[in-house]
Amino acid sequence: MTGKKERALLEPRELLAIYRDMVRIREFEEACPKLYSQGKMGGFLHLYSGQEAVGVGVAHAMHHEDYMIAAYREHGLILAKGTPPDVVMAELFGKATGSSKGLGGSMHIFDRSVRFMGGYGIVGGHVPLANGVAWAARHRGEHRVVVCFFGDGAANQGAFFEALCLAQLHKLPVVFICENNFYAMGTPLDRQSSLTDMSLRARGVGMEREQFEGYDVEVVRDRVGAAAAHARDGSGPVLLEIVTYRYRGHSMSDPGKYRSKEEVEQMMQVDPIFIWGKRLVDQERFTMPELEAVDKEVIAVVDECVKFADESPWPTHEVLYEDVYVRSPYIHLKAADKDPAWRASVREDKLPDEFWRHAVKEAK
Amino acid sequence: MLTMREALNQAMREEMSRDQNVFLLGEEVGAYQGAYKITQGLLAQFGEWRVRDTPIAEEAIAGLAVGSAFIGLRPIAEMMTFNFAILAMDMIVNHAAKYRYMSGGQIRCPMVLRGPSGAAAQVAAQHSQAFEAWFAHVPGLVVAMPSTPKDAKGLLKAAIRDDNPVIFMENEVLYNLKGEVPDEEYHIPLGQGEVKRLGKDVTIVAWSRCCVTALAAAETLAKEGIEAEVVDPRTLRPFDEDLVFDSVRKTGRCVIVEEAWPVASFGAWVSDRVQRECFDALDSPVLRINAPDVPMPYSKVLEKAYVPQPERVIEAVHQALYRREH
Repeated sequence: MTGKKERALLEPRELLAIYRDMVRIREFEEACPKLYSQGKMGGFLHLYSGQEAVGVGVAHAMHHEDYMIAAYREHGLILAKGTPPDVVMAELFGKATGSSKGLGGSMHIFDRSVRFMGGYGIVGGHVPLANGVAWAARHRGEHRVVVCFFGDGAANQGAFFEALCLAQLHKLPVVFICENNFYAMGTPLDRQSSLTDMSLRARGVGMEREQFEGYDVEVVRDRVGAAAAHARDGSGPVLLEIVTYRYRGHSMSDPGKYRSKEEVEQMMQVDPIFIWGKRLVDQERFTMPELEAVDKEVIAVVDECVKFADESPWPTHEVLYEDVYVRSPYIHLKAADKDPAWRASVREDKLPDEFWRHAVKEAK
Repeated sequence: MLTMREALNQAMREEMSRDQNVFLLGEEVGAYQGAYKITQGLLAQFGEWRVRDTPIAEEAIAGLAVGSAFIGLRPIAEMMTFNFAILAMDMIVNHAAKYRYMSGGQIRCPMVLRGPSGAAAQVAAQHSQAFEAWFAHVPGLVVAMPSTPKDAKGLLKAAIRDDNPVIFMENEVLYNLKGEVPDEEYHIPLGQGEVKRLGKDVTIVAWSRCCVTALAAAETLAKEGIEAEVVDPRTLRPFDEDLVFDSVRKTGRCVIVEEAWPVASFGAWVSDRVQRECFDALDSPVLRINAPDVPMPYSKVLEKAYVPQPERVIEAVHQALYRREH
């Protein structure tokens, strides 16, 4: 595909940042199972361990101002996008200091300030939303791309196909990323689909596509960078299938009977963090002690996050009703106030920040 | 005097002129001028970036609308009829209604999903449904259902400016209905109902097409000396229940008329509220008129038996007043 290669060599600072970002995700995710079994987290918890090169590679390929939208295996993605881990941990604990004040949980992490648009529990359901964000970005004249993550299982959903169709028709600036980790929950790829290269679905709508392995963060960064450049300059959306692997089960309640221990252990040989760390040391960019220092620092940060989440307050009962609706001036408040879902909703007369640019042109 | 069709068209035209963020998308809304001609002329005036014809893909249409609302566009997504909105229920219920909540208030969804709902003329089972209850049931959605051109224009303008996802359910049979519409700039707050006809003997609560039916029934009832008060809530969520309660406390009797099926309809909710809050004022049980609990049949005589007619309203009012049938 055409599209300028955005960056060539990586600076040392960024090399280490990539390492740190991947380790941060791994340590964060690996802290979760114990906390879950202690009852500090509940519901569905889908961990990203093993897939770090994809999230971090994509984040480093994107521009800071670009948008990201994902499904429910998104802790790693939002951390890569730049949200501080403490508010994510607090959200998993259901505390008032969480990214969604405890209202979202693991599957619904949002951070408007870094343009991470959620966090969704319906498989493939968020993919049509990516088109909308891209549409709005283009309408506004922003040269921004929307990166939309989903899994191999989602690539069978009707919503996914409809979204691809519409995106290509209007050449929307979306990079659709299918993280193919070989299993849709417990169903392996070849039992779900006749075509096991999910990116080929793009052919059905005439979209550019590529499939590659995502164990090497530098490869991810370069390929996604090229795809993003293609989408950004108006040449059209791209469907990427990035082959990866998750070390943990689909979620906490997954006994993992559909794959062998040997397979998991074999895949750990291509651990993206190991690959990257080894490259940094082999190329004499950094020493082992320097990397180990980063490891220690990250572990300490994650411990702090757990402490923060533990010590944070629970949401008050009032929070239950606060964010269902917006109390706009166009609502008959006398009627609204009879409805508990309205009564506590927050009136926001002032626009929060430049994110909400309402260009109201007065009527001629 | 405008038809409801013209009133809706004007509302969209005015709001699209006023705010660059408003745009329209849907099947046949542009070059075809709208399946029901509601969007006539808008493509010519605003161009294809702001009036966008789509493929037949309701989930993608609604999803694009919902996603664009994330960063402050104000989409008007047309569903050719609300029957087809069933294909987009995931976008509406799981996404539009919920992402403000799930994000802890970080994001809002200023979207309007509009189109005709309810029976038309012999379009049969899959094209005649009235399931406003499904949307009104969901916290996070606003549901508006105008019955006159003035209400249609005023409510649609408010819906477009409002920052919540609004399900704006019109009615094909009413598109040709004529009515007075103010010339000056106005809007009607969502959640504000209106007493369409003052009376003292019985309160009839009805919205959309059934409000027109109720008014026709009231005319006939007046001839036998029964003065019915017709209350049109205009919005189902939020619901102007005090307007209904004030009326019932005055008349002591309540009849609810709707096109929907009887089981768990929106009228069932209203009747619960009325019996609970106006128990002491009521002189007879709250009565409900619905479509029979069957899919819409094709044959025109059966369709007439399905859609609530003024005769059934009159019969219910007699029953509420303990009058014998004439």
